[in-house]
Amino acid sequence: MKTKLEVKGLCYSYHTMEGETQALLDISFDVKDGEFFVIVGPSGCGKSTLLSLLSGLIKPEDGCILIDGVPREESRAVMGYMLQRDHLFEWRSIFSNISLGLEIQKRLDQEAKKDLAGMLDTYGLSQFRDARPGQLSGGMRQRAALIRTLALKPDILLLDEPFSALDYQTRLEVGDDISTIIRTQKKTAVLITHDLSEAISVADRILILSSRPGRVKNVIPVTFAPEYDRPLARRNAPEFSAYFNQLWKELRDHD
Amino acid sequence: MTEPSLSQKEFIAKEKQHKKQVRICRGMLLVLLLALWELCAELGMIDSFIFSSPVKIWGCFVKMAGDGSIFLHIGITLLETLASFFLVVVIGVGAAVALWASRSLSEILEPYLVMMNSLPKSALAPLLIVWLGNNMKTIVVAAVSVAVFGSILTLHTGFAQTDPDKIRLIRSLGGTKKDILTKVLIPSSVPLIISNMKVNVGLCLVGVIIGEFLSAKAGLGYLIIYASQVFSCEYRLIRKHRRKANAQHF
Repeated sequence: MKTKLEVKGLCYSYHTMEGETQALLDISFDVKDGEFFVIVGPSGCGKSTLLSLLSGLIKPEDGCILIDGVPREESRAVMGYMLQRDHLFEWRSIFSNISLGLEIQKRLDQEAKKDLAGMLDTYGLSQFRDARPGQLSGGMRQRAALIRTLALKPDILLLDEPFSALDYQTRLEVGDDISTIIRTQKKTAVLITHDLSEAISVADRILILSSRPGRVKNVIPVTFAPEYDRPLARRNAPEFSAYFNQLWKELRDHD
Repeated sequence: MTEPSLSQKEFIAKEKQHKKQVRICRGMLLVLLLALWELCAELGMIDSFIFSSPVKIWGCFVKMAGDGSIFLHIGITLLETLASFFLVVVIGVGAAVALWASRSLSEILEPYLVMMNSLPKSALAPLLIVWLGNNMKTIVVAAVSVAVFGSILTLHTGFAQTDPDKIRLIRSLGGTKKDILTKVLIPSSVPLIISNMKVNVGLCLVGVIIGEFLSAKAGLGYLIIYASQVFSCEYRLIRKHRRKANAQHF
């Protein structure tokens, strides 16, 4: 499989009047096409910063990001970014929320509207087309947020703990739901989380970051027998706890 | 729809009863106060010449309504208030957006805005007459100056508190600062803008009355000043009469 995303020697620091905080130090990894890549790390290790760098919201101080072998700034690849909370706008209907990205990029034509209607149908939200976000459950809201991201037809999906704001039961369901959608669409995805079992249940490979400044500690490939290959089923697989213990140990080791 | 249960009906009946009581008591309180005022004036416990009385006020209103002058004064004050209110909203929102768009601008102007807001505008009004003349322009400017600075400060504070994650969302979807303004900032600030407008309409009326006190040929503020000056003449005359009467008495 060819490499979709390549990160080389990425460094980033935050500057305030009180001083400089090194957030990321010499981060290098690559993500293959169609791979579900998960980044775990203790809180404050610069996971979100890493995702902001990948999405282009902030510029790296050192190092480079290549997409299909082309530097990020020159690449025409579209990055889809899903934030921690769904941020559906209460003053817009569901349809006008999911079309927000297309509206901003002035690509909302008849065909795009038809596409969106089809997606609403596929993900079981078509009867909520004109509803307000407040009328939807947490899981449905998150699915609407996913449609908003997918509507731009991103080459790479960046997921910033997209399930962390949900209650535990919804979180398992939505996690299963959304990662299945992403897999069937064969999207390349980078997910960050601090929840180890969530990481194991969805990932193809897991990258472990050290605490601040974030450094790559290890990259672990995750494979399950085909009968367990769905996020909820993975949690019941015999290998699950072995992976969990391995991750747990790696995270606790202080160099 | 299902028939509401008995306890639900009871609850609704009780709520309605309560609201009815509140309405009745409110009305009665007004009537009681007016009656007390009238009674005190009639019995001579207060000087009806100084304190007036509800019947006299009503009579005066009917007289002014008869020749239509009261409507002219109310209309002018209303017009001035609406004009200044409109200006305050436009200038307030416009300036707050400009301050939000430029961090440097907001930091440079902040102390000036705070100072302008705390300046006593009624002290400024005589200057305005000198600058702008004895006309309606002065009154509108006075009213705007009362409300606009507070409005800018409140709106700017509100704008600055826009959820940074919502801004990140727009930026991640490829949006520019203009998209953030039109798709997040303005729609999410609608409740703030409306509550600010409610405060402003009151402040504008205060400003218009202040303006009319000082420079006007019509309007409610003019009427108040006119009445108090006429009153003070009459009052002075009466005091002279009394002094004379007292002198004769001795």
